This record gives sequence, structure tokens and C-alpha cells, in this order.
Amino acid sequence: MIAQNHSYWRVWASVYKKDVRLAFRQRSDIINPLLFFLIVITLFPLGIGPEPNLLARMAPGIIWVAALLATMLGLDKMFRDDYLDGTLEQLMLSPFPLSLSVSAKVAAHWTVTGLPMVILAPLFALLMNLQSQALSAMMLTLLIGTPLLSLIGAIGAGLTVGLQKGGVLLSLLVLPLYIPVLIFATSAIDTASMSLAYGGQLAILGAFLAVAIVLAPIAVSSALKVSIN
Amino acid sequence: MWKWLHPYAKAERAYQLCNTLLPYFAVIAVLGILVGWVWGLAFAPADYQQKDSYRIIFIHVPSAIWSMGAYSSMAIAGLVALVWQIRNAQLAVIAIAPVGAAMTVIALLTGAAWGKPMWGAWWVWDARLTSELILLFLYLGVISLYHAFEDKRAGGKAASILALVGVVNLPIIHFSVEWWNTLHQGATITKFDTSAIDSSMFWPLMINILGFAGFLGAVTLIRLKTEILKSEQHRPWVKALAGGK
Repeated sequence: MIAQNHSYWRVWASVYKKDVRLAFRQRSDIINPLLFFLIVITLFPLGIGPEPNLLARMAPGIIWVAALLATMLGLDKMFRDDYLDGTLEQLMLSPFPLSLSVSAKVAAHWTVTGLPMVILAPLFALLMNLQSQALSAMMLTLLIGTPLLSLIGAIGAGLTVGLQKGGVLLSLLVLPLYIPVLIFATSAIDTASMSLAYGGQLAILGAFLAVAIVLAPIAVSSALKVSIN
Repeated sequence: MWKWLHPYAKAERAYQLCNTLLPYFAVIAVLGILVGWVWGLAFAPADYQQKDSYRIIFIHVPSAIWSMGAYSSMAIAGLVALVWQIRNAQLAVIAIAPVGAAMTVIALLTGAAWGKPMWGAWWVWDARLTSELILLFLYLGVISLYHAFEDKRAGGKAASILALVGVVNLPIIHFSVEWWNTLHQGATITKFDTSAIDSSMFWPLMINILGFAGFLGAVTLIRLKTEILKSEQHRPWVKALAGGK
């Protein structure tokens, strides 16, 4: 009966809204990864010296590595609370595919961690003395790349949700899978800072994103089913 | 074919199959590695450019090939475990993973030892090296994920999922690092008809590859036997095997 009144889209939207609302009621979940992002970026000039050319050369890599690490911070919580209070079981029992709610949860995770990073990226680029012609490339790679990070990370989060000390393990599982994203994103920014066309790398990132949107929710839902039993 | 395969989903039959296959793999391993090493290390001619230091190829190349071979077999076992829910296939994933990881470590270490005299550096951030290193990380992820689970059945499933995700990512990683940076030479022995390697070195290498395959298979079978026994330890047939009541 319920299934007739609810379209897939409405289920997706309600899961998404619930997660975003929960995040906004606990602002530290949104702000802490961003602060972490900022602090990591501050550490690099202190560690390697504030020479502007050196910083500009290293900026793409540093910003992206910081973004990877900041995304990792929120991953552990993606399914943990829902797992503990039983919401996840209810989602699993619902007549709608679990991958649907999973994709909504991943989208919510991206909205509260990835999107703010994209918006704040120009500030970080300024701090790192990134050339102005590379700025749009950095924004675009972050815009395409951060949802990808959330999707891949969700697989790891799903696999480790039932574990007591999943945190360190999660990064061990997920970081190797992030490597292609890192390589293509930084190569796009590097190419852009030499004023060359970087459409190729962006297209590959986009292709990864398209594949991940389709496949990752399926992998995540089967991983969650293992954890729940 | 299903009728023929189906009995092997039963742990006892799988255990017997391991016992039947093990001697063959063991013989291939011992003979292959013994003959391959003696031929390769002592009798094959020295390279005109790299002199004797090229001889590490007889360990490096087989272990590198089977580090990837082990991963693909692990992923196939993972697929079987997930799709047909066959418990023994999960055990096979767990049995292969450490062996594959060991192969990867051997490939990396011998590669470093070969890189030092040839490239002048133990390690370079080259495409092949980096993707092999990432392969090692993937193996370690599968192993540690399995061991993190209290419930080994769930752990086996989770490890199978991760192995499959890794296999999707493996070609992506491989090509991404290849386009990113490359120094390692390309494939020399895959093109059989126009092989870029002399036959006096080609045959000992082939025998070594075969021997390493036997070694991989034999160790995996021994580990699989242990895993089957561990998971079935309360069954009567295991007790009978152990000489209990």
C-alpha cells in the first residue's frame, strides 16, 4: 500500500532531507571537516617554507590531499548513527531498494562535506598562491571529484559500519581507491596552471563519477546487508 | 556443468578436492622453481647490457605476474561467493589474500633490488611500481577487513565485496598511474611470436613462472584446507579426521 503512494523520488528526497537536516542541527559535523581542511593547508607552508613559487607548484596536490583527508573525517559517521538507532534496518525492510536510500545518504554527505569545500576552495587557492588561471580548474575538479570521494568512501563506510573500531580500517580501505581521483584532479589543475586545455582529465573524472553513481550504491547496499545480517 | 560442480560447495568434498590437487601443485612448484632457478641463475647467459644483475628477473617477473594472477583469482572467488552464496568461495578469498600479498611484497622487494643497480634508486614513483604498491594496499585491506569481523562469515562476505570493488579499481589505477608517470619497461614476453627476450632466457623464465604458479596454488590449497577445517570444526567429519570420537 505504502509503495503506491510513494514514488522513488519522494523516498530519495525524504532520506536526503532527513540527513541534511540532522547535519545542520549538529553544526560541528559540517564545520569540523572544513576547519581540518584549513588547518592541514596551513601546515604545509609552515612545513615546507612560504616561498610563493614552491607553494604554487605544490598547491594542487596539497589542496586535493587535504580534501581527501577532510572527506575521510565524515565518512565514519555516514551510516554509523543510522546503524546504531535502527534506521538502517528500517530502510532495509522498506519496499524500496536500499541502494536508493544509500544514494540519498551519499548525496547528503556530499552536500554537507564536499560542497562547502568546493565553495571555500578559492580561499584556499589564495592561501596557497595558486595561479589564477588554475582556479577554475580547481573548482571544477573539486565539483566533480568530491561527489566521487563520497561515493567511493560510502563503500568503505558500509563495509565497516558494524565494526567497533572501524575508523582506521576505513581509511586503509578507502584511500587506495581514491588514488585515481587524486591523480587526474591534480593533473587537470597542473595542466591548467600551464594555460593548457584540461578537458581530457575532467572528462575522465566525469566518466568515473558516472560509473560510480550507478555502481557504488549497489556495492554499498550489499556491504550494508553484510553488516546488518 | 552445474551438476558436476555442485558437490564441491560441500565443505567435505572441497577438502578432498584440495587433497587430490595439492600433490600436483606441489610437484610443479618444487620442480619448476628448482629447475627454473638453477637454469636461470647458473646456466642462462648473462645479459650483454645488465650483466648478471638481470638474473633477478627469474624471481621478479614470476612474482609480479602472480601477484596480479592471485588478485584476479581472489576476485573471481569473491564473485562466486557473493553471487551463489558459496561459503567455500569466501574461504578461498581468505586463503589467497595473504599469499597474493606475499607475492606482491616479493615483486616489490626484488624490483627495488633490481632498480638500485639499473636506475640508481631503490624506489621511483613510476607507474608499474606505484600500481603494484597499491595492489599491496588492496590486499592488506582485504586481509585486515576480514580479521576485523568477529563473525567470520560476515567477514568473508565483506572481504569478497572489497576484493570485487578492488578489481573494478585495479585497471583504473593501473592506467591512471601509467598516464601519470612511467619509467618501468613495457611488456617483453607477452608477445609470444615476436618475443623481445632471447630463448635462452625465455625458457627458464617460463619454467619459473610455471613453478611460481604451482607454489601459489599449493600454498593457497594448504591455507584453504586449514580454513575449511576451522570453519567446520564442529562437524563430525572433521572430528573423525582429527581422530576424535
